[in-house]
Parts: sequence; structure tokens; C-alpha cells
Amino acid sequence: MSFPENAVLTILFDGIAYGMLLFVLACGLAVTLGLMNFVNLAHGAFAMAGGYVTAVLMNRSGVPFLATLPLAFIVPAIIGLVLERTLYKRLYTRSHLDQVLFSIGLVFMAVAAIDYSFGSQQQLIQLPGWLQGRIDILGVQVGLYRSFIIVICGALVVALQLILTKTRFGSRLRAAVDDPRVARGLGINVSLIFATTFAFGSGLAGLGGALGAEILGLDPTFPLKFMIYFLIVVTVGGTTSITGPFLASLLLGIADVAGKYYVPSVGAFVIYTLMIVVLVLRPQGLFERAR
Amino acid sequence: MRRRTFLRAAGAVAMTLALSSAALAQEAVKVGLILPMTGPFASTGRQIEAAVKLYMQQNGDTVAGKKIQLIVKDDTGVADVTKRLAQELIVNDKISVMAGFGLTPLALAPAPLATQAKVPQVVMAAATATITEASPFIVRTSFTLPQATVPMADWASQNGIKKVVTLVSDYGPGIDAEKAFTGAFTAKSGQVENLRVPLANPDFSPFLQKVADAKPDALFVFVPSGIGAQFMKQFMERGLDKSGVKLIGPGDVTDDDILNGMGDVALGAITTQHYSTAHDSPENKAFVEAFKKANNGMRPNFMAVGGYDGMHLIYEGLKKTGGQGGQALIDAMKGMSWTSPRGPISIDPQTRDIIQNIYVRKVERKDGELYNVEFATIPNVKDPVKAAKAN
Repeated sequence: MSFPENAVLTILFDGIAYGMLLFVLACGLAVTLGLMNFVNLAHGAFAMAGGYVTAVLMNRSGVPFLATLPLAFIVPAIIGLVLERTLYKRLYTRSHLDQVLFSIGLVFMAVAAIDYSFGSQQQLIQLPGWLQGRIDILGVQVGLYRSFIIVICGALVVALQLILTKTRFGSRLRAAVDDPRVARGLGINVSLIFATTFAFGSGLAGLGGALGAEILGLDPTFPLKFMIYFLIVVTVGGTTSITGPFLASLLLGIADVAGKYYVPSVGAFVIYTLMIVVLVLRPQGLFERAR
Repeated sequence: MRRRTFLRAAGAVAMTLALSSAALAQEAVKVGLILPMTGPFASTGRQIEAAVKLYMQQNGDTVAGKKIQLIVKDDTGVADVTKRLAQELIVNDKISVMAGFGLTPLALAPAPLATQAKVPQVVMAAATATITEASPFIVRTSFTLPQATVPMADWASQNGIKKVVTLVSDYGPGIDAEKAFTGAFTAKSGQVENLRVPLANPDFSPFLQKVADAKPDALFVFVPSGIGAQFMKQFMERGLDKSGVKLIGPGDVTDDDILNGMGDVALGAITTQHYSTAHDSPENKAFVEAFKKANNGMRPNFMAVGGYDGMHLIYEGLKKTGGQGGQALIDAMKGMSWTSPRGPISIDPQTRDIIQNIYVRKVERKDGELYNVEFATIPNVKDPVKAAKAN
């Protein structure tokens, strides 16, 4: 089979959109795992919550797609905040095994709860007309919805990076993570910062779930299905910054799409191979200095 | 001394209990229904359970003077669990028939038990061709994928389609569908290119791009029904429908259960299958109406009709044997024929597989809802895989 030239750009475009989506889904995990040193496998459950907020609002109450997106951020953020204050807080100082067991338990509870209340079927949403279809830009076929995702996610990346590096909150967060005791001594309210960060990460996951419902699908097993992808993003990207996971997401997105296009017979394994190679060569993550 | 009396008394009580439960077991015929009621394939389980219960509600729970007792078990879609549940049902509950089985591995796992215990196994959903060969006690009321697929190839070649790309999920039934279609279509001098998609595949875009490059007349697709909607949307998003690629395939991709939620993207898809909710017959109208009424407006799909007919087969078989199970029951089921909501069907006495009409359908909007509207019928199709072996 021949590979037309324009297809290369289309594949690249699709890969970037997919990678961006992965990033929004996984960056909350990069924050909790990397910055707060907490293994939160239940991250996907927050993403699912966001997806269901969008699906339920659209299908049952007829709310337009765009209007549901802020809620898809806010609802999981509030759930995240409540859970952080009541449950997660107690586990910060516990061993990683305890954290894994706790959060995987939470995943199963979320899966069962969603299955019970909304049924196990795929949730389908209808995008507004202006986001459907594709247009031709200089001979390259570009999907409108994917462009929309790239724009939103791109803006988020810039905003996150600025918040983390340029604002007072960002420096406090980094201080609180580096050495909570000293930060506390300097009068920084560490637990408030952790709670806010956790809620924000959950909210981002929720937004990712809502944006991804159209491309990745949405059913109660979502958190389990995509847990591996999140973890790959975080392990490959390293966990101490936002840029690492971001570049890793793009790399994985493009590699996954291109791998499936050029070598469909082994396409499914491309990202795993990539992960293994990266971890063998750079066990600390692709974009981090060796410790 | 006192202790010995106590033991003897306890023993006597246990004996009577055992005897009385044995007596009860003789009066009731137990049917073990093993289905994925939770997990990713729960919709299959729900459809079949609802259909089986509907059948029992319509036809009473007494057959040949014996009470039918239904025991529903959830195997969560895991083959090991299916096997364990089947064993428990056979050994502890002493069931006469087991039924259900949502997926191919789930139907194959308990097959050796069916042979050993001589318990008929009625497969109501799983669709890989070879399943009925796994045990002489297996009988099927759903369909086989090649059975639904080969007519698609015939239809395509008769309707000016010359070049087809197949896109299937990379697992048993998907490969079955790919082989059946490719074989039948190339035999009619059509041109086929094959693509396989991993079962856990979040994004179809690279595969669809390959399809777009190949510029076929039609894209033949088989993916498990839950993923069908996602696939349809991406097919549309890529503009493949506008560039003149027809979407064809066995009916799983336009499953009645979720078809309506797919929206207009599904319009025009041409599929071949044995059942559509829109099938035009008085039997089906009554079935659909009763099913919707009993299940809060849920549409019966091809899984439901498999469950409904499976229960009919069990009832009629038991009537013939006077409530006896085992070899007598499976023999009674062979060759049975009746008019199902899907049309006339029968059980092939040689293969114990179903013989039925396959319909060519097109997704259309009818009364504001999407339906697979049948427009051509291929009567009395046998499973082509086993038919080819027999020749």
C-alpha cells in the first residue's frame, strides 16, 4: 500500500490531537504523583466523572456541549476536594503500597457506582454541527473537533506552565512539595495548597474525560481502560514538571497513531515498546536530569 | 451415650433434608442461565435475561407438569467464572439445562462439563462458528458470524462493489468475519484488503486514514457492538461517507440497542443480520411491544431474540421429553423448527446450529427513531463454515 504525502500530515495532526487529549487527562496525575508524591490510581475515575457530567447534562437535560465543559471541570474538582479532605489527606504519609491499594479500591467503587446508576452501556454524545466533519487546509484534511481539542489543550498547557513557574501560588506549591516542614515554618498553608492542587488536577481530568468522550468513548470501565495510558505518560515524561508529561503525551500520541497507520499489524505495541526503550535508556523519565 | 444419640438424631435429620430436597428437585426442572450481568458486556446479559423472563411470563412457568426454575448467575464476562458457575450449577443445583453465554470464550469454557454431565448447553449469544463443535450437547439459538457475513459479500458483489477494505477487531469473531467475507468476496472476483484493529483501541483515526488512502467502494467493518458507535462517528468525521465509501458489515456495528443514540452518522449503513427490531411480522410486533413494556422502553436487539428463542427451544424440548433432560432433551431439540420474532428458524439436526433467514438492512429514520430497515432476504442460511466442512 502506498502512503500519500498528505496523509503524513493528517496522521501527525491526529497524533497531536490524541496526545493533547492524553496530556489533559494525565497531567493531574503528573501533579499528584510527581509533585505531591502520591500514587493516585483513581485519577481516571475523576476523568470518567467529568465525561459523565457532560454526557448526562447533554442527553437528559439538553444542555449544549460547550456549556457542559465548565461543569465537567467543576464537578470532579469538587469531588476531588471533598475526597482529598476526607480520605486522601490521611494517606499522604503512608507507604506507596497503601496508597495504591486505597486508590485502586476507589476505582472499583467508582466503576460499580457508575454502572449501577447509569448502566454499563457506552455513553454517546452529539457534538454541535460546527464541530463535526473536517476541512481542507492546504491539501491537508483536518478534523474540526480535533482542532478544537488542540486549541483548548494548547491553551491549558500554556496556562499551567505560567501558573506553576510565574505565580506566587506556583512557587508556594513547589516549596510545599520540596520540603513541607520548612514551607510550613515559613507560613505557607501546605495542606490548603495540596487540597487546591488536587482539586485542580481532578478538574482537569474531568475536562479531559468530557473532551475525550467523543474520541475515546465513555463507559463505566473507563478508569481501568485508560489507567495504563496515564501511567505511561507520567513514567515516560517524568514527574517533576509540566513540560515533561506534555512532551511525553505528544510523543505517545503521535507514535501510537503513526504506528497503527504504518505498521498496523504491530501498531498496538508501538507505545509499549517506546515506553520500554525509554525506561531502559532513561529510567528517570525522558525529560529529567538523572538524580 | 448421650452424644451418640445426638449424632444419630442429627444424621436422621440430615437424611430427611437431603431426601426432601431430592424430591423437590424431581418436581422442578432447573435452568441455569449464565450471563455477563456486570462488566463491559453487561448489556448482552441484560437483553438476554429480560427476554428469557419475558418468555416465561408469557408462557407460564410449568412445562410437562413440571415447574421451571430459573437460576441466573453473573459470570462478569470472565471465562473461568463461567466454568466455575456451570460446575456449581451442575453439581449442587442439579440443573437440567444451562443457557446464556454472552461471548465465545464464555461458551467454550463450560463445554467439557456439558459433555461429561450430559447437560444440554443452549448458546444464546456467542457467535464463533466452531462453538457447536466443542460438545455434542451444545445447541445454538443466536447466529454464527460467517452466517451473517457471507450474504454481505454476495450482496456487495451483486451491487457494483468491487473493492473493499475490511476492518475488524483483532479477536476470534472479528477474524471469523474477516475470513468469511474475504473468502466469499474474492470468490466472486472482488478485491479485498484486510486491516485488523486491536481490541482495546481508543482511537480509530490511523486505520480510517488508511482506508481513506485505499479509496475502496466499501468498508466492511466488524467491531464489538459497544465500540460501534465510536467507530461510526470517526468514520463520519473523516468524511469517508462523503467520499463515497459505503459502510457495510454484519449487524453488530448497528446494534439496535444503541443505534438510536448514534444519531445521523449511522444513516445509510448497510448490514446483514438475522434480526432487526424493525422486522415486519406480527410475531415481532408483539415481541417488541411486550419487551419494551416490560423493560422500561428498552429495545430488544439480536441478543434478546437469541434469549427468547433459546427459552422457546428449552420449553418445546422439555414438552417432547416430558420434562426429562440429558441426551433425550438434546435429541428432542435437534431438527426443531418454529416461527420466531426474527422469522422462520430451525435447529440443524446434524450440527445443532441454527438455520435462519439473513436480512439485508439499511439504517433509516422511521417515526423519528433510527432502525435497521430490512430490504432483502436470503432464506434459510446454514452456517457456511460447517457446511463447507460437511461437503
